[in-house]
Amino acid sequence: MVTVLDRDSELRRRAWDAAASVVDPEIPVLTIAELGVLRDVVLDGDHVEVAITPTYSGCPAMNMIALEIEVALERAGFRQPKVRTVLSPAWTTDWMSEEGRRKLRAYGIAPPQASNSRRALFGEQAVTCPQCGSQNAELLSEFGSTSCKALWRCKACREPFDYFKCH
Amino acid sequence: MPVANIQVSETPLVLYALRRADDALILGHRLSEWCGHAPMLEEDMALSNIALDLIGQARELYTYAAKAEGKDNDEDKLAYLRDIRQYRDLLLVEQPNGDFAQTLVRQFFYSAFADLYWRAMMTSRDTTLAAIAAKSEKESAYHLRHASEWIIRLGDGTDESHARAQAAIDHLWAFTGEMFAVDDGERALIHAGIAIDPGTLRGRWLTTLSDVVGEATLVLPQNDWMQQGGRVGRHSEHLGHLLSELQSMQRTFPGQTW
Repeated sequence: MVTVLDRDSELRRRAWDAAASVVDPEIPVLTIAELGVLRDVVLDGDHVEVAITPTYSGCPAMNMIALEIEVALERAGFRQPKVRTVLSPAWTTDWMSEEGRRKLRAYGIAPPQASNSRRALFGEQAVTCPQCGSQNAELLSEFGSTSCKALWRCKACREPFDYFKCH
Repeated sequence: MPVANIQVSETPLVLYALRRADDALILGHRLSEWCGHAPMLEEDMALSNIALDLIGQARELYTYAAKAEGKDNDEDKLAYLRDIRQYRDLLLVEQPNGDFAQTLVRQFFYSAFADLYWRAMMTSRDTTLAAIAAKSEKESAYHLRHASEWIIRLGDGTDESHARAQAAIDHLWAFTGEMFAVDDGERALIHAGIAIDPGTLRGRWLTTLSDVVGEATLVLPQNDWMQQGGRVGRHSEHLGHLLSELQSMQRTFPGQTW
């Protein structure tokens, strides 16, 4: 017997999967679910509302992500999906999944370190080179190609690389 | 034809949000002026990234202010259709970029304050303001670290960079007092647990400054005369020039969108 509850949870799972398939336009190996940007999918009848949270206040990818979620949900058969931005709780790199971290490393971006030293004004950070695995790396710039990354260089293999800042 | 200014009903809560939004927008705009001009590519990206964070914070705060006002204003109207006397930002943030040292000292003074301010605001009884604070706090901590490293590098660098950093500190010092001042309307919000009293942060702010400035072999000025006015719309002439650039598109082509 198929109850209403089953049908709703099945619909919600489909909506979640569709939204979760959207990738970050600036780091296309990561889905928004792996990044922790996808917060919730709420079903009201056949209408679906997706909640996302920005990584940084000014992240320019948010508009694009919202648009792509709408497209993905329309394709999955949901009419006029809504995307809502939530600020609380504030996004943290602690939400990034293990799978997400592994993918980042394979893509050449050092994944974020544990966030316990974030407060240290001049705290030492040990960032591992995603190319050769050496921990002998130096900071080139606090800011990299996007808000969420810093620029580092490995002193062992001499390769510069992006580091996904812990936040 | 130029577009008329909007009118804003400045209840204490609307005014409170506008002041913080204006701080973030104007400082973000100032930093964006470095885009393509910074002394090195990494700093060009750093200053633009910080600008992006600040403008993002401004958008949240303007949206909040518009909602609190409950008229038909929105974030764009508040940013683009208020004239200089309607702006409520700190005099500090509208000061020109000057040389690289002046930009970084301005950033250092502000970020050292914003870091403490937003962290304290995370306990606001207003859940939206607390949420905005939680995001801004993390970003401000990072901005502070970036600026602090530069203060040390410039102060403890060459004679030239040291002299420029010290001149910037001396020049901008008189604009820092305004960060800690509150008026009656804001005091009521503080009593209600919606805002926090910035005056309580001054000691810790000074400690951060002393630590970094000391390591940079620079000194903080002894004079305590402070210039105020930005919070009530009395600005330096620099803001008018900034706004004419920031607002020119919306003033010329009203309602234009990308």
